[in-house]
Amino acid sequence: MIDRRSLLARSALIGGFAMTPQLALAAAGTDQRLVFIILRGAMDGLAAIPPIGDGRLNPLRGSLAQPPEQFGPMLKLTSDFAAHPALKGFASLFAAGEASVVHAIASPYRERSHFDAQNILETGGNAAYALKDGWLNRLLPLLPAAPPPVAIAATLPALLRGTAPTTSFAPSRLPDASASLKARVAALYENDALLHRLWSEAMATEVMAGSSDGGAGNPQGLAASAARLLADPAGPRIAVLDLGGWDTHAGQALRLANQLRQLDGVITTLKTGLGPAWANTLVIAATEFGRTVATNGTGGTDHGTASAALLAGGRLKGGPAAGRVLGDWPGLSTLYEGRDLLPTTSLNSLFAGAAAGLFGLDPALVSRRVFSAAPAAPLAIVRA
Amino acid sequence: MSLAAIALNRFGLGARPGDAAPADPRGWLLGQISGFDPRPAVITALPDAAAMTLQYRQNLAQLRRQGVVGVRRPGDPEPPKGPEAEAMANAAQRERRQAFAQAYGGQVGARLTLSLTSATPFAERLVHFWANHFAISTDKLATATMGGPLEFEAIRPHIGGRFSDMLLAVTRHPGMQFYLDQAQSIGPNSLLGEAARRRNATRQPGLNENLAREILELHTLGAGNYTQADVAGLARALTGWSIGGFVRRPLGVAAPDGQFVFQPNWHEPGSVTVAGRPYRQNGEAQALAILNDLANHPHTARRLAEKLARHFVADAPPPALIDRMATAYLASGGQLPALYRALIEAPEAWATPLAKFKTPWDWLVSSLRALGRENVPPLQAIGALRELGQPVWRPGSPAGWEDDTARWAAPDALLRRVEVASRIAAPLAATLDARSLAPRILPGTLSPATASAIARAESPAEGLALLLVAPEFLRR
Repeated sequence: MIDRRSLLARSALIGGFAMTPQLALAAAGTDQRLVFIILRGAMDGLAAIPPIGDGRLNPLRGSLAQPPEQFGPMLKLTSDFAAHPALKGFASLFAAGEASVVHAIASPYRERSHFDAQNILETGGNAAYALKDGWLNRLLPLLPAAPPPVAIAATLPALLRGTAPTTSFAPSRLPDASASLKARVAALYENDALLHRLWSEAMATEVMAGSSDGGAGNPQGLAASAARLLADPAGPRIAVLDLGGWDTHAGQALRLANQLRQLDGVITTLKTGLGPAWANTLVIAATEFGRTVATNGTGGTDHGTASAALLAGGRLKGGPAAGRVLGDWPGLSTLYEGRDLLPTTSLNSLFAGAAAGLFGLDPALVSRRVFSAAPAAPLAIVRA
Repeated sequence: MSLAAIALNRFGLGARPGDAAPADPRGWLLGQISGFDPRPAVITALPDAAAMTLQYRQNLAQLRRQGVVGVRRPGDPEPPKGPEAEAMANAAQRERRQAFAQAYGGQVGARLTLSLTSATPFAERLVHFWANHFAISTDKLATATMGGPLEFEAIRPHIGGRFSDMLLAVTRHPGMQFYLDQAQSIGPNSLLGEAARRRNATRQPGLNENLAREILELHTLGAGNYTQADVAGLARALTGWSIGGFVRRPLGVAAPDGQFVFQPNWHEPGSVTVAGRPYRQNGEAQALAILNDLANHPHTARRLAEKLARHFVADAPPPALIDRMATAYLASGGQLPALYRALIEAPEAWATPLAKFKTPWDWLVSSLRALGRENVPPLQAIGALRELGQPVWRPGSPAGWEDDTARWAAPDALLRRVEVASRIAAPLAATLDARSLAPRILPGTLSPATASAIARAESPAEGLALLLVAPEFLRR
């Protein structure tokens, strides 16, 4: 395995004077925080952020065009777009210039398999399983030195897999194994490359996160753990959360409302938990693809193409995306394959632009190094 | 490493303290397929899918009365409101949760007991493998208690038969029908569809592609080997495949709770094309013919061979092995034992030592077996598996659990194994000596480093825990 620091040094050599001054300066560390939320199962972007200005929405969607009455009215974001009423916290951040949306966005993938699409979302490639590492892992060598990114889960998502060191952590309700046992386990793994690396990272993360956590398991509890790790001045700067349950083939109205309420809770918990560090934080919530525009026979929607990505964080304030819905709205009069929202923005544009803006990197460099398999013009997301 | 050790650990569920090493390892494995008991007493004692469907239907009715789910039709009574109604609703929810917990606990308990005591551990591994191939997830109200019944009723009876029979049994099972929304998928041009159009009904019945897509992508051909048109064709052919006692729609024929029923009046008429072949049959025979062809398709053969080889041999199994297995499967007309025989007879399957990192389930089962446990309170096992990251029948997606090292070898997951090992070892420390146990559990693979770490442990409990988290015990 290549040590990240030696990789950093090597890329500095290769980059020479082309390196941006920020990167050189940031070798001393960075204050910026990135939280990536993977929405697994294909979030319905048209229900999360309905295009209220598009007259085709109601006739095409039918019963699902309006959220169920008990959730209250839709929350208007702009003259053309609203947020689902379950996204209350997100909508007020939007109003305060600390949230934004990129609509009609999709990965380069145009089929409708969750598993392939998630792989492409996480690897940043243009074909499923073509790349073995996650794009966030490939980004790491370009970043200032910091503790390894952490996945708030018992296992590592593809997004973080790769040669650069990463770690995973989830609050545990188990009693702690004794310090003596842990020391002996460390010795036992000394000559096993894989287990030695995993065990060292587990021990380092455990020390950083402090003792056990009350909110184990639920998404807000996981968000609180992420916030605590990121808020630590010596902690990691990147965290990944996994939220499943978005595959609403049947009974979408209630299920999606619950999902969105959970996502809203995760975002507001991050803000609260990060405290002053929220000002330097960018949260990206993205899904593998969208859902059909029309409602199906079981009150749900089937696998589609473009969806919406949600952004939040103090880092958006005063920037080009603050309080805006980005992306070219393709309208609903022409649909992809006659059934789905047409994609007009690549997820890789968002990821490359966001990562470059947040960490002060050259967007072209990020695009070239991290997204070479499926490059797309980086989107301006945050102020320089 | 001896062949006997490989048979016990790689193909079995792990050695037990009293297990004698099999004299003929290959014969021992192959003999388990015919010696396997698909319906042992511990399973027949449990409520079946029909009982679980009835329970689900009663739960739904209760929730509808309380106004929690469903659409209120004109004339239906107003759902009760106020603090008293709320208290009653809460009490009903508690009862529902308890009933779920009891049913799920019983099912997990049965699976675990069989795994800890079975005389045919290789056959039990195959049960777990196929249940994961045809995964449902118990995180939906409709499938909360269907994990056990699907495995017990649709998987176990078929592990030694034709794959097409297993595919059919799973496709018809209420667990799969509910999980992938098949039970109320209705042809737009069926008699019911046309009647609804004439009436101008507020909710027009329609197709649901979910099951059709996953049959093609996950159960048979695999991603990249089918098109959206194939999905649409199979979805049309499957309309009318439903479950008795669950769906209340007009023009349906009555059937007992939880039993598969074909509803001719919901079936989309007309021929369909799937994977390049036309199917002109009427009614139920159409999807039956498609499923049979899909089961015997060369893409399916390769996919099954690759998954099985990945499960037992290596994360990236040798292509030549996959070829031989797929060829044997096709030559036998889709017989699963032909697939197993090709695997067991392959030299590759006995070569690479310790190439697979155990899943949490396999690790927990082999740990309990190593300690000689024959039963564990289900709640304890359920809690441990949740913490270890692999709750039984709850993979969260129809793709099932991933089957490679990258998925399971993570820092936090490893820490949890150490914590669980320490917890389950402690009560047995007084009766088991890890120093003499280790060579019996890991014959031929116990390393000097592990043996010496165990010998130098601070306490007998610590020694046992170290055995369970040793590098050669985490792998197989």
